[in-house]
Amino acid sequence: MKRIALLVLLVAALLAACGPAATPTPASTAVPPTATPVPPTAIPEPRTLTVFAAASLTDAFTEIGHNFEAAHPGVTVAFNFAGSQTLSTQITQGAVADVFASANHTEMDKLVTGSLVQQAAPNDFVTNKLVVILPKDNPGNVTTLQDLARSDLKLIICDSTVPAGKYARQILDNMAKDPAFGADFKTKVLANVVSNENDVKLVVTKVQLGEADAGLVYISDSVSAPELKTIEIPANYNVVAKYPIAALTGALQPGLASDFIAYVLSADGQAILKKWGFTPVTP
Amino acid sequence: MRHLFRRFSIDHNPGWVFILPSLVLIGLLGLPLLALAWRALGKDFFNYALSPTAISALKLSLLTSTTSVLIAIATGTPLAYILARWDFHGKTAFELLIDLPVVLPPSVAGLALLIAFGRQGVFGAWLSAIGITLPFTTAAVVVAQTFVSAPLFVRSARVGFAEIDKQLEEAATVEGANEWQVFRFIMFPLAGRALLSGLVLTWTRALGEFGATIMFAGNLEGKTQTMPLAIYLGFERGLGVAVALSVMLVVVSIVLLGIMRRLERGSTVVMQDI
Repeated sequence: MKRIALLVLLVAALLAACGPAATPTPASTAVPPTATPVPPTAIPEPRTLTVFAAASLTDAFTEIGHNFEAAHPGVTVAFNFAGSQTLSTQITQGAVADVFASANHTEMDKLVTGSLVQQAAPNDFVTNKLVVILPKDNPGNVTTLQDLARSDLKLIICDSTVPAGKYARQILDNMAKDPAFGADFKTKVLANVVSNENDVKLVVTKVQLGEADAGLVYISDSVSAPELKTIEIPANYNVVAKYPIAALTGALQPGLASDFIAYVLSADGQAILKKWGFTPVTP
Repeated sequence: MRHLFRRFSIDHNPGWVFILPSLVLIGLLGLPLLALAWRALGKDFFNYALSPTAISALKLSLLTSTTSVLIAIATGTPLAYILARWDFHGKTAFELLIDLPVVLPPSVAGLALLIAFGRQGVFGAWLSAIGITLPFTTAAVVVAQTFVSAPLFVRSARVGFAEIDKQLEEAATVEGANEWQVFRFIMFPLAGRALLSGLVLTWTRALGEFGATIMFAGNLEGKTQTMPLAIYLGFERGLGVAVALSVMLVVVSIVLLGIMRRLERGSTVVMQDI
């Protein structure tokens, strides 16, 4: 009989584990039952703010998250950094988050269309542009943008589904329109691509490892990896990557979500983003 | 089923104690596959399955996994033979080394391969000195697949060789057969089933390889984007191609598992005959 009880318990546990994901995890809310009595007002209720953010925001948002936690006792900011297209897919498929910060409008618009974000027109909080990165010993001997079309080169960019991959292809289009590069410039450069990565940080890592001669990433990524050499892309070819941010309709912490967005847009938040190589929208 | 019930009724123990938890697990394993098949069997299945991305991933997967299996056979058979028949110092260490990739997360394998054979890797300079650059090539896909799947072949073959009666080998040696002849005419045929089932296991594992491939070989359609990679990236591109490729992999896996079951059943019959 004991064994039956145990089995029933196991099945119950399994079923409970399959329950709605929206239930807050007990670990985050549980208070030790035998804890020494403390006046309840002294401990702020532990809360977790879940932020889904583009991979390029990893360093800047991690710092912003620390500051936000310091200013909001009891609050833990949990980040999910990945390619914006991965994040928008996850949210569409039912992932629960409070804030989404995307590296382009395409992925944010998918959520707007699906009524998954609270605003019809989410605000841009920062802009970014692209840069060419090279390993510190420059094994491909790349010195100009024209070199990217040299046939012996190994190039890594993001997949065309990833915002940074879309921007990279736009830039190549812009260059191909200039006779200085030639109409076949884009084709030649894309022929050098040895891997289409799933987010921009993977491009950085592989260039850091020296596995590729060059990569196309955000200028903010080059700030996070100062040992890499860079070649600037002039503004007439470059893009202005606009990053929108919004609270999600499925947010479990809507109040904290708008607080967080306000902090990102505040002078302090913008200063941190500027430090990590982004261009603030409120100069 | 009826047989099960009868046994438990003798113990006055209701069968559902076993059936209910089993159903939970069967549901967990079965329902996702059913859902996948349900989603795939739309009118667009063939459009997706025959799309250029799907076709090139399929071709590449078949080419690389077959090559990996051939490498596993060519190098794994002798190794398994040595491990099964010879005794030498440090044998346990070799056996551990062969078992390790089976339990290792593929991402660890990918990182290790990149650090070892990458362009800036520990042995990368030697490789590039003789004109070989592995990362981001189809060869890298094969290396990654072989790394994770060949140990399965060695394990299976080792058991196959070890099970053969030592007296057969001794008899052949007495009759004047050399080491190669013993292997060729006695050991190889008798271990045939074990080798075949090892081959099938290795092939399914190579076909499903994902983590080591995406890290070591990258992702480029037609060159390094195998079916599992195309499924992972297709997930963000629109589910159609990903679902079609997944169903194809499930079907291939079922066929290969079916072949293996037949082989295993066959080998037990042989054992009983002996």
